[in-house]
Amino acid sequence: MELVLAIGIGIMTGSGVWLLLRPRTYQVIIGLSLLSYAVNLFIFAVGGVKSNAAPLLGEGVDTSTLTDPVPHALVLTAIVIGFATTALFLVVLLAARGLTGTDHVDGREQPK
Amino acid sequence: MSGWQQNLIIAPILIPLLAGAILLFFDERQRVVKAMISVVSCLALVAIAVSLFRLASYGPERFEGVYMLGNWPAPFGIVLVVDRLSALMLVLASILAVPTLVYALARWHAAGAHFHSLFQFLLMGLNGAFLTGDLFNLFVFFEVMLAASYGLLMHGSGPMRVKAGLHYIAVNLAAALCFLIGVSAIYGSAGTLNMADLAVRIGEIEGDRRMLLEAGAAILGIVFLIKAGMWPLNFWLPAAYSAATAPVAGIFAIMSKVGIYVILRLSLLVFGQGESAGLGLNVLLYGGMATVAFGTIGVLASQALGRLASYSVLVSSGTLLAVLGLNNGMVTAGALFYMVSSTLTIAAFFLLIELVERGQDAGASVLAVTMEAYGDADEEEQEVEVGVTMPATIAVLGVCFAACGILLSGLPPLSGFVAKFTMLTGMIGSGVSADAPIPASVWWIVALLILSGLAALISMTRAGIRTFWASMEGTVPRVLVMEMAPVLLLIAMTLALTVQAGPVMRYMEETVSGLQQPATYIDAVINARRVGVEEPGGPEGGGGI
Repeated sequence: MELVLAIGIGIMTGSGVWLLLRPRTYQVIIGLSLLSYAVNLFIFAVGGVKSNAAPLLGEGVDTSTLTDPVPHALVLTAIVIGFATTALFLVVLLAARGLTGTDHVDGREQPK
Repeated sequence: MSGWQQNLIIAPILIPLLAGAILLFFDERQRVVKAMISVVSCLALVAIAVSLFRLASYGPERFEGVYMLGNWPAPFGIVLVVDRLSALMLVLASILAVPTLVYALARWHAAGAHFHSLFQFLLMGLNGAFLTGDLFNLFVFFEVMLAASYGLLMHGSGPMRVKAGLHYIAVNLAAALCFLIGVSAIYGSAGTLNMADLAVRIGEIEGDRRMLLEAGAAILGIVFLIKAGMWPLNFWLPAAYSAATAPVAGIFAIMSKVGIYVILRLSLLVFGQGESAGLGLNVLLYGGMATVAFGTIGVLASQALGRLASYSVLVSSGTLLAVLGLNNGMVTAGALFYMVSSTLTIAAFFLLIELVERGQDAGASVLAVTMEAYGDADEEEQEVEVGVTMPATIAVLGVCFAACGILLSGLPPLSGFVAKFTMLTGMIGSGVSADAPIPASVWWIVALLILSGLAALISMTRAGIRTFWASMEGTVPRVLVMEMAPVLLLIAMTLALTVQAGPVMRYMEETVSGLQQPATYIDAVINARRVGVEEPGGPEGGGGI
């Protein structure tokens, strides 16, 4: 379980960083999205990976069988903020495309 | 029991939030109403920041600077904390907001939609970042501040701004992801996100977990260094700041100081003592020095005034980072003074540039320097008449420009000199014991500080001669009183800072000595009393939200 999660995070981060460094704005935004998925999974992972465990503390429940609820709350907040900023970035990309006529991140094509 | 004063702590977040939200309901055409609401909110912020400042510094013993949201006690709930440092930053942010807003009212707020709402949300993010005592909450307020700043940076639109904004947003989104990685690594190793609780627990963390914690803190540090503009993480900054409209660039002057504030807070609170003490101080020291060097070269190379001001931001950040890296109490106190002085100066300078450049052709300042290199074209058509009376506008602008030059280069008699003098005294003067030799890195900082001042002086003189001593037909800029007054106000504040340097420095020294004893802060947060808990049967509506 941990291994699968770690490999998943690694592949997504690697792809995300590679795309982030590409010259087209669409690649940059996909890269940022992949990175934010990887980060969200990472936040889950730091709470300890447990399957089939509820974050509910009741009377007589052994705390070692519980999952930590704080990372869940953090991920939820991170998803909301990440979603909002990605949407905002998308609008800026479109504005840049409209103003410069190219989807290169520097606003002009590289001289061949 | 806590009185009504306790509830003031959350006001710097609530007031801009409410004002910004209310402003959304007004149509863009109702500019007067929008401007009124915005100005009232900013003035209220000044009043609240000043009263919190008084309470936190000289207030009654009963005043606890801790506000528990929803009345949940410290490590479990989120707390807002006011101490001397955060009160100082609140005051700085609010007194910077008023002049920049007034300046924007003259012209710029009409250049696009929702200027006032974005401005208020930016203030909310700034104030929240200064007040919060919780790392994840800090992330949220950072994002509020940044989201507002994206909109503000592109206010007025145009290809230049959108292009600069694109890079700015991409860099900051990547930084936000690093922020999350750092915060979650810290949570994974320490099991807490509360700064005070983290400072307590850090002593008990051993082995692998400590490594994870330090790695998390280092990643977090990178985020704040991106924000503060440390070389080599600062290539986005000059383009973004010089592309922004004047009032936006003015308020952005404090945004790079947020990173510095957090670094100062965390390094002294969490990494002040124990096994991880002094984590990353060398990075601050050498990175800061590299930033000063980079900024100095940038200042010398800048042809346009906007870029000159942007590189001055880098010089200011670099100076602060390098000096914080020394971790010497007296020098840090000087650095706080420098931070206040340089923030006001750079804001005034950004506002002034727009006025000075108005009436000049686009790119005139770029041409001017190039002309200098290749010989002057208009030297021969010199006018014979001597003693032409300068129009009052040019005179006022010139005086302000000269004041900015003096402040940026750190010459007497203004506050830039006092700030640099205090830092240098702390490094090589009376603050050092006689038998210990002064390390080489300190000499490097001293040299860089003085050289960066010289570079600022050279560039400012060059730009000033070109702008104000050039032939003036038809180039007198049309300037409104409403635009001139904010610049004069900001410069008057630096003047006040100079006159009151003694009391201000005492305050800074007490602030630093408070920061060096994190036990007080930790105790205040962990042992904060909940509202209405002592009286049975009297749960009085929690923290008042």
